[in-house]
Amino acid sequence: MRFLHDQQFLWTLEGIGLLLLFSTGVGQILARTVRSEQGLAVVANLNQRIRSWWIMSAVLIMAMATGGLGSVLLFGATSFLALREFITITPTNPSDHRTLFWAFFVFTPFQYWLVSIHWYGMFAIFIPVYAGLFVPLRGALAGDTRDFLARTAKIQWGLMLCVYCVSYAPALLMLDIPGFERQNIKLLMFLVIVVQLSDVMQYVFGKLLGRHKIAPLVSPSKTWEGFVGGILAATAVGAGLWWSTPFKPWQAALIALLISLAGFAGGLCMSAIKRDRGIKDFGAMIEGHGGVLDRIDSICFAAPLFFHVTRYFFT
Amino acid sequence: MKEQVANVLVLLIRLLTGVRSRWSGCEPSERQRIYFANHTSHIDTLVLWASFPSGFRRRVRPVAAKEYWERTRVRRFLARDVFRAILVARENPRAALKSLESISQELGTEDSLIIFPEGTRGRGEQVEAFHSGLHAIASAMPDIELVPVFLENLNRVLPKGEFLPVPLLGGATFGTPIRIVPGEDRHSFLERARLAVSQLKESK
Repeated sequence: MRFLHDQQFLWTLEGIGLLLLFSTGVGQILARTVRSEQGLAVVANLNQRIRSWWIMSAVLIMAMATGGLGSVLLFGATSFLALREFITITPTNPSDHRTLFWAFFVFTPFQYWLVSIHWYGMFAIFIPVYAGLFVPLRGALAGDTRDFLARTAKIQWGLMLCVYCVSYAPALLMLDIPGFERQNIKLLMFLVIVVQLSDVMQYVFGKLLGRHKIAPLVSPSKTWEGFVGGILAATAVGAGLWWSTPFKPWQAALIALLISLAGFAGGLCMSAIKRDRGIKDFGAMIEGHGGVLDRIDSICFAAPLFFHVTRYFFT
Repeated sequence: MKEQVANVLVLLIRLLTGVRSRWSGCEPSERQRIYFANHTSHIDTLVLWASFPSGFRRRVRPVAAKEYWERTRVRRFLARDVFRAILVARENPRAALKSLESISQELGTEDSLIIFPEGTRGRGEQVEAFHSGLHAIASAMPDIELVPVFLENLNRVLPKGEFLPVPLLGGATFGTPIRIVPGEDRHSFLERARLAVSQLKESK
């Protein structure tokens, strides 16, 4: 529980609490003032999203407060649920059954076990190299060559996105940053706050000002106004959080900009998958947001970049 | 004990496939009904059960193959005591049909029924032709509601011939009840029932 004695960590928690209270207040006011039918639907969804944010924040903070293991378990469970959503909407053949069993019950737990014992060398290559080569081998042994390349790629990419990329978030805890010992949980907090706030602010600016669509065929809700407003706001918040990181303010701003852009890229690529499969959301687990994968799509792309930039420049 | 085993199994299936039930054509009800579904996996009955409120779950009884479910003690316990299955000998088709016709006595006036009219588990790609058992039951109980159910993705969770499940999301869609029309011949009734199930696949 040593993080609860870390003043900076507690300030961050207060910030999150105030932000949630503020958005809950705004949501309630909107619910009482908006009249149009279309507006009411948007506000109802907004308030669902805010309720879910309370729950997600509480779960995340409780996991972080237990120290390293809680965070590893939480992100491990998240990966498992995300992979399940990904494979559910991705058509595979019955002959892929055993391969999928390995993906869910061997590779996913093993990757997070590597994170928990801080074995960087293996963590960084296990899924790209070993799991990546095992998947086609197991498929070939199953003796079904129909759509072999496509099936292999689907399972490999599912593992890369949902397990490998997401595991970079708790892997932040294994970095040895001089002068920042045993405070890495705040790096994880920084990543989650900046990336998720970027998503939220893109949504807010998009709803308020959005006119020009970025990629109408991929994601009708992503607009240039939302993009610029969201990325700038997240960069500003990231810069303002420099005191809880090993970064200087300008470094924190640059890194926040980078991971917000990566998060945007993640959301866009996941939208492309959803449009290809003809679905709106990956699931229905999180009220107002859709599935787990809908919520962490930005983390998938941002976490590996954040990890490696921090590791290269600060350790 | 029997009730607890049933609840544990349903809980496990919920964790495994996150069962999503859509009652698109009717509401869950204690009323006596016959639920007929496509058959793709061993877990089909459990997923259907998970869609019902626990209060009357065990009053919805599956029809199962006698040869398979009486072979070992565990299976016998599960079929007879936990699922309260109605076991039908499939090896002799004529006797099987006879026992289906007398099913209304076994059901009484309260219990509902789950039947998989395709007979054996298919590959899940399409709903295969129905066996005549559903027609025999419907003719014997002409006033009862026949509810079509489409089970989705379960063949991928546990395909035929596999024993290790993969935790994909699965679901059950309940359609609008149908009834047998007086004078309707067997073949067209069975085809109408089959379409009622396969249309739920596209409608979701």
